[in-house]
Amino acid sequence: MIGSRRLFFMFLSPLGERSGEGVRRPLTQPLPLAGERSLKGWLCVFLLLFTLPALAVEPSEILPDPALESRAREIGRSLRCVVCQNQSIDDSSAEVARDMRRAVRERLTAGDSDRDVFAFMVARYGDYVLLKPPFKAGTLVLWLGAPLVLLVAGAALLVAARRRRAQPIVPPKPLDEEERRRLDALLKG
Amino acid sequence: MRRLLFILPLLTLALMAGFFAWSLTSGRDPASIGSVMVGRPAPKLDLPALRPGEAPLTDADLRTGKPVIVNFFASWCTPCLAEHPLFTRLAEREGATIIGIAWKNKRDDALAWLKKLGDPFKLAGLDLDARTGLDWGLSGVPETYLIDGNGIVRRHYRGPITERDLTETILPFLKGTVK
Repeated sequence: MIGSRRLFFMFLSPLGERSGEGVRRPLTQPLPLAGERSLKGWLCVFLLLFTLPALAVEPSEILPDPALESRAREIGRSLRCVVCQNQSIDDSSAEVARDMRRAVRERLTAGDSDRDVFAFMVARYGDYVLLKPPFKAGTLVLWLGAPLVLLVAGAALLVAARRRRAQPIVPPKPLDEEERRRLDALLKG
Repeated sequence: MRRLLFILPLLTLALMAGFFAWSLTSGRDPASIGSVMVGRPAPKLDLPALRPGEAPLTDADLRTGKPVIVNFFASWCTPCLAEHPLFTRLAEREGATIIGIAWKNKRDDALAWLKKLGDPFKLAGLDLDARTGLDWGLSGVPETYLIDGNGIVRRHYRGPITERDLTETILPFLKGTVK
C-alpha cells in the first residue's frame, strides 16, 4: 500500500511543480487555460493506467544475482507480513517485513532451497506466515468447505429438478357448468 | 420438505448468532497471530550485552533451572513504557529473573531509557539488527516470553503485559504452580 502511494507522489510531483500547481496564485493573475490544465490532467490519468503496484523491496536489499533475487521475490510474495494481516512481506514496509525479506535473501544466498526458506519462516511464525495455508487436518474446512457447500447445493438442485420432471403433467379439469357461467359474466362485465 | 425450507433461514440465523455470541464472550482475539514458540525449547540466544563491561548473553542464561522472563523492548516504543513498572515490580518484589533485550535500538538510547525509568533486568542484551528477534518469532515490541527452568517457552505475550497477566499467569508461573 505504502509502496504504491509513494510511487503515486513520485509520479505526480514533477508534473505538478512544472505547472505551478500546489503554489497558491495571487487572484489577480489570470488562471491558466482550462484546456492546457485538463490535457495535463488527462495525460496524468492516462499514464497512471500503466503503473504497476510498487513493492516495498528497497534497492539496497536487492541481491546482485538476478536468479536468486527472482526466487526471493517469488517467496516474498507468498509470505505474510506478521503485523499487517493481509500483505505480503514484499508489499509491506513494516520493520518486521524488512527483516523477513533480509532473512529470505540470507537463506537463499546460503544455498537453501525455497522449501527450506518457507520451513525457516514457519518454524518462527507458524503457518500464519504463509499466505496460502497448507492442506492439513486443521485447514480441511478452509480448503474443502466451499467446494462441499457447492456440491451439496448442486446435488439438492439436481434432485429437485429430477423430482419435478418425474411428476406427470396433469391437465387441469375442464370447467363445469357453474364455473363457465361465472366466467362469461366476468368477461362481459 | 417444504417446512424444512422455512426453518432453514431461522436455523442459519441461530447458527450465526451462536457463533457471534461465542466470539464475544469466549475472549478469543481474532487479531492474535498466535505463537509457535510455546512448548518448544527457547530459540538461540547469542547477543552482546547492552550494559558496557558485561558478559554476552548465551543459551546457558536460559537454562539455569529457574524460570526466566525474557522481554524485548525499545526506547522508542510507547507500550514498553506502559509495561515497564510491572517488570520493576516483578524484579523488586518477586525477585524474578528478567532478561531485557533492546530490539532495533541504539545502545545509548536504550541505556538512557533504562537510566530514566529504572533497570529491572538481571541481564540485558542488544539486538540492534533484529536477527535474534526474528529467530524468536518476534513481530514487534514489546513482547515477553516466560521460560521454565529447562529452557522451554511456556508463554509468549505479544504486546505489553498487563496487571491481569501478572496476577493470572506470570506470578503463578514464577511460583511454579503453572506449568
